[in-house]
Amino acid sequence: MIAVVDYGVGNLFSLKSSLASIGAEAVVSGDEKVIRNADKILLPGVGAFEDAARKLRECGLDKVICDEAKKGKPVLGICLGMQMLFEKSFEYGEHKGLGLIKGEVRPIAEVIGEGLKIPHIGWNALSFPKNKEKNEIFKYLNEGDFVYFVHSYYGANCEDSVIATSEYGANLTAAVASGNVYGCQFHPEKSGEVGLKILKAFCEL
Amino acid sequence: MVTKRIIPCLDVKDGRVVKGTNFMGLVDVSSPVKLAEYYSKNGADELVFYDITASSEGRKLFTEILCEVASKIFIPLTVGGGINTVEDFDRVLKCGADKVSVNSGAIRNPGLVEEAAKRYGDQCVVLSVDVKRVDGVFRVFAKGGRENTGMEALEWIKRCVGNGAGEIVVNSIDTDGVKKGFDLEMLDAVCNIVDVPVIASGGAGCMEDFVTLFNSVKGVDAGLAASIFHYSEVEIPALKKYLVENNINMRI
Repeated sequence: MIAVVDYGVGNLFSLKSSLASIGAEAVVSGDEKVIRNADKILLPGVGAFEDAARKLRECGLDKVICDEAKKGKPVLGICLGMQMLFEKSFEYGEHKGLGLIKGEVRPIAEVIGEGLKIPHIGWNALSFPKNKEKNEIFKYLNEGDFVYFVHSYYGANCEDSVIATSEYGANLTAAVASGNVYGCQFHPEKSGEVGLKILKAFCEL
Repeated sequence: MVTKRIIPCLDVKDGRVVKGTNFMGLVDVSSPVKLAEYYSKNGADELVFYDITASSEGRKLFTEILCEVASKIFIPLTVGGGINTVEDFDRVLKCGADKVSVNSGAIRNPGLVEEAAKRYGDQCVVLSVDVKRVDGVFRVFAKGGRENTGMEALEWIKRCVGNGAGEIVVNSIDTDGVKKGFDLEMLDAVCNIVDVPVIASGGAGCMEDFVTLFNSVKGVDAGLAASIFHYSEVEIPALKKYLVENNINMRI
């Protein structure tokens, strides 16, 4: 059973549907017990970092996710959910994250150079780092497969955990992993067949 | 680098796709769900659903169809038509829409874009604008292109982007239905004043029109069309292959 963490941020309809379409048993819940009893945790998120991090804390779910992650349970953060796995974010100020992945969240404007639109929105190709084995959540993917992004901030100073990048004026962090904790900056639930293959691989961990 | 996008637009009335009646290879050619599945499997980068129903029963049916589409199709979905309030945003977002397109609703209530952008984020709010030249000036038209609002289109677009519109669909009334190509001059003018994605609509008649669009107006991010895709005059997989051969970055 996968628990999709519901903490009042964003729209979980597509995520729930995409998990159903690959035959995964999933429950959307903000209940501590349900999340603790699940085999895997999926942390979604859209909107602003500060607001989302506060809501997660107010539900008391930040501790639950950290506890379960430290016990070895697979956790996958999506988009803002991925950004919250980091130690901190510099989106409108400085805000504390869950600290499950070393690094921080910074504006893409700092690295992509001029002439490119912000947010980075649309389909972009994934590249896997040459010096690492392809991560198991990408086991069904090929280099250059396209996924769908919508973001203005990115995971920075996290070289050790980067498992995929996408080129947009710079090699932006597209996905990270540190042990049993995974994050995708893009939306697998909006990335067609490629996205479903990633969710499938996560379910099979 | 992020790819250019090809977007089929489905006009839905009373639960059926309008203009979908000549679609090749499908038995039920006007089913929104079947058409959406077909496009999703055949290279569409995104889908736009336009609710052109006027009745509240029709609206309810549209919402149900949207839920069904969103539970089967996992590419971005934009929904427009009949969006007048933030509650309308809520209604379609809950059914799995990713972006909501406003047109007349924003003209009637200029606060709508800002209110929706604050609640759902800029990336969620698409401004769709019907533009026509009147005495050499780009003017905004309302009510499906029938009524001249008198507003200057570039100013209107700039103002809405300032209020949080995250994407602009430019429908040129002058080129719409003519099938002689997109309105390059109008699109260039829009791309020069905004830094959010611009989607070109109106005028596509053949594959070459898309090559010309992306090569001539570098700021354009996507090409949208309806009937040429529905009638298979242009097949999206062949179109995208042709664009790649012409050095335009596409998701294949």
